[in-house]
Amino acid sequence: MDLETALGLYNYWVVIFLMMTGFYMVIARRNLIKSVIGLNIFQTSVFLLYITMGKIHGGTAPIVPPDVVKSHSVHHAVTEGGSSTYGPVEHEASGYVLPGPLVAEHLQTDHAPRAIETLVGDEASPRQEILLEGARLAGELDGIVYSNPLPSVLMLTAIVVGIATTALALSLIVRIRVDYGTIDEDKILEMDRLP
Amino acid sequence: MISENLPILMIVLPLVAAPLCVVVGGRRFAYGLSLLVVGCVFAISIALMTEVVRSGTIRYEIGNWKPPYGIEYVVDGLSAFVMLFVSGLGAIVLVYAPRSVDAEIPHSKHYLFYASYLLCLTGLLGICITGDLFNVFVFLEISSLSSYALISLGGTRRAPLAALQYLIMGTIGATFILIGIGLLYQMTGTLNMADIAQRLPEGFQTRTVLVAFAFLTIGLCIKMAVFPLHTWLPGAYTYAPSVVTCFIAATATKVSIYAFVRVIFGIISPQFAFVELPLARSLMLLAIVGIFAGSLAAIYQQNVKRLLAFSSIAQVGYMLMGISMANEAGLSAGLVHMFNHAIIKGGLFMVVGCFALRIGSVEIKDWQGAGRTMPWTSFAWAIGGLGLIGVPMTAGFISKWMLLTSALQTGRWPVGVLLLISSLLAVVYIWRVVETLYFSEPSETVKQAKEAPLGMLIPTYVLIGLSLLFGVWTAYSVGLAQQAATVLLGASS
Repeated sequence: MDLETALGLYNYWVVIFLMMTGFYMVIARRNLIKSVIGLNIFQTSVFLLYITMGKIHGGTAPIVPPDVVKSHSVHHAVTEGGSSTYGPVEHEASGYVLPGPLVAEHLQTDHAPRAIETLVGDEASPRQEILLEGARLAGELDGIVYSNPLPSVLMLTAIVVGIATTALALSLIVRIRVDYGTIDEDKILEMDRLP
Repeated sequence: MISENLPILMIVLPLVAAPLCVVVGGRRFAYGLSLLVVGCVFAISIALMTEVVRSGTIRYEIGNWKPPYGIEYVVDGLSAFVMLFVSGLGAIVLVYAPRSVDAEIPHSKHYLFYASYLLCLTGLLGICITGDLFNVFVFLEISSLSSYALISLGGTRRAPLAALQYLIMGTIGATFILIGIGLLYQMTGTLNMADIAQRLPEGFQTRTVLVAFAFLTIGLCIKMAVFPLHTWLPGAYTYAPSVVTCFIAATATKVSIYAFVRVIFGIISPQFAFVELPLARSLMLLAIVGIFAGSLAAIYQQNVKRLLAFSSIAQVGYMLMGISMANEAGLSAGLVHMFNHAIIKGGLFMVVGCFALRIGSVEIKDWQGAGRTMPWTSFAWAIGGLGLIGVPMTAGFISKWMLLTSALQTGRWPVGVLLLISSLLAVVYIWRVVETLYFSEPSETVKQAKEAPLGMLIPTYVLIGLSLLFGVWTAYSVGLAQQAATVLLGASS
């Protein structure tokens, strides 16, 4: 691994650093609150790991620009008409021009319909049409690179789980504090050893 | 309409009933609703099992989204088998629960107890039914978080501490599993288990897959309480309320073992795990060390719940041993032991709950002579204990016999010898309790103790009776497990 690759992976270095910091705090615990903080740091490092793997260099958020959504009905009519697909398609709302041949080429490749078939089954349904339309729009946006949204979505769930875990841990610590009068684990264990 | 949607109902019913218990409140309503829902879930699991036996694997697409884009529920021989006994035990423990819960948990918290119980069941069943790897993590956390809450309901001040220790270990385990899932996703770009299994062979040689598998194994080993990652288990089982210990001891570790089997045989192929990696040998070693360490520790315990907890660590070793043999006989032995041990340990913890209710203690010395005043409860301990030891005509014998024959068939005779010696250790710790119950003078408290109420004795005897029934009539336990093992090994070869 040369220096450039090593530096390029800096996100992963941060992940490993955070992971080990958190893990060490949990193991070397004295104070119960501190070990819960360690647990939190440990979990956070995993969020960063997932988000890093979803990010593509130069990629943008996977949202269809509003201009394209607005002009979609106009464009729909043009492509259905057939003859004008090879001319530049002008968008009514924004006025910016999409390369016509590129759109046509995209519609001819059968990748999109096949992907949609696997999604909703092969029978023609309103849902399939909507998805096909979505694929056409995606084709128009050729050249734009999107980041993978799935890892970020997964991490939303994991964050919720992390919050629930922290809340539960803290409420348990409150009860321990009430019963023992301390949150120092050594002292607690010492108190339980005495009859 | 309903019959098509059974897989999702299995999860949605308890999941919706849990918040309903909290919103409506009232302990009678909460108990009634829980009983109804758990009964329905058990009926559904029977229906799914018969359906799977008749026409093979059921695949259910949630919201009609085709996998791998949508989440898929898969009910095959193995998951139906595990769900059947998890929901069955959930139902029996709930029938047993009210008297014990009355005595051990403040009335104002009953509805919360039943809500957590339902959530825990949801999580355990969800792990079994889902075909999506990230879903496994989510359900694992649902079941874990609710079991931390259940354990902390125990009466002593040690209960919250034990729950917190379990929480810290459990969260580390779950986070390891999450890392493993993430790395597999990075390599394959999918979360659907079948899809990952299909795409993974291309990446077998990479370090990422190796690390992913290592994280998954360690994470699940913490959840399974494999020696030496078992440290959370004795405290959690000892200080939890009796009913909670019954339920968690009978189901939670088994479901984690199910998840482990699924990872090895359903995702990472056994070829990779056992041939290219030395997993079989290391698991076998951990299993044997765990069996001996657990059994030896159990012999020296003064608290019966703690004794049974250490025995559980040993029994997990037997199941792991079966899996690590990596052949059909060994795998089905491990699965049958999962089933038998769930019934036996559930029954024994119910006996402990009966004594805790009447005598008010679970220390061995306080049980002296209880055989005279509580003959039925004591007899249940003796029979259940025979099952745990593995005496012929009990369920425990069947699975240990299967393990033994499988070990001898594959030429691992030292393993067979160790298996027999370890069973003798079980005789020692079971006998210590039997001796105290029958052969010593009862103390004043024990003299005044009455027989346990019928509402608790009947469920206890149902489980103890089942442990005898499955010792002679093995068509369902062994039959279904063998079928599941064949499917697992067939799918991966």
